[in-house]
Amino acid sequence: MTHIWPWYISGPLLGLMVPLLLWLGNKDFGISANLRHICAMWPGKKPAFFQYDWRAQSWNLWFAAGLVAGGFVAGYLYPGDPVPLNPTVLERFQAWGLSAPQDIVPPELFATAALASWKTWLYLLGGGFLIGFGARYGGGCTSGHAISGLAMLQLPSLVAVVFFFVGGLISAWWIVPRIVPWLLGGGL
Amino acid sequence: MKPIFTFAYFLSGMLTGITLIQSQAASWYRIEEMFQFGAFHMYGIIGSAIFVALIGVQLLKGRRSLEGAEIKINDKARTWTRYVVGGALFGLGWGLAGACPGPTLSLIGAGWPAFLVLFAGMILGTWVYGVLRDVLPH
Repeated sequence: MTHIWPWYISGPLLGLMVPLLLWLGNKDFGISANLRHICAMWPGKKPAFFQYDWRAQSWNLWFAAGLVAGGFVAGYLYPGDPVPLNPTVLERFQAWGLSAPQDIVPPELFATAALASWKTWLYLLGGGFLIGFGARYGGGCTSGHAISGLAMLQLPSLVAVVFFFVGGLISAWWIVPRIVPWLLGGGL
Repeated sequence: MKPIFTFAYFLSGMLTGITLIQSQAASWYRIEEMFQFGAFHMYGIIGSAIFVALIGVQLLKGRRSLEGAEIKINDKARTWTRYVVGGALFGLGWGLAGACPGPTLSLIGAGWPAFLVLFAGMILGTWVYGVLRDVLPH
């Protein structure tokens, strides 16, 4: 038995955030906007894109702080059961050199010990860079476009989500199968 | 902003964070499995989230929010380059790291400090976009 919350519980809970934030204060559910607010906190010289009063958006920073706190709480609730995966997918992961899943993310890539390798830093900073750059260029991330944007019937969000998947499929089928074995000490 | 609202936004984030971890939507394995079309789980989460959000938005449109502002849907600008190129770059990062910004924050809270490095990369990417914004086609 596992303790995973099924999709039909967790999906509606996540979706409920969109009307909840609108109802509280006409706020748009969008987490990556906080990355911009963090840049706007820089007190020195900064691009025009970051020259605005980030304090006016502090509700979203509180929401982000809640995400961290929620992760902390759930980290203790989380029973640490193995993630039950599709057997074919699991075989691929193991062929790349990952051990059987024991936790929510692979320790080979994300345990603090993995940070001893420069390759892990390159992987995390490079992946993060694409996420941050792409989210602002594209005007949103999973929360702003895929959930909130589609729920508000925004055609631009549909285009963005289609291309999220184009990029994601390229990564998952071409890049990740090469980069994971490389991160674990093999060649590319 | 009244403290009660600050607290409400914080609690909303907290519930979201707990859900992201407990549903494993924050799991690298789950994201890679989704992109490999290995399971319905993530599609079920995203699909049912959109469905519930859509109904909620329709019910609330035009009403007044608790903080006082009228609830309005802001239409996104219809210039397509940014959604195609920016979207694809975001997707590349999402598939590569197996996490998007929300789950990254929750995983930091759940005790995985390496996600701080991923988050730092996101801030860096955001900053560079801010620098290049005027020369990029939108």
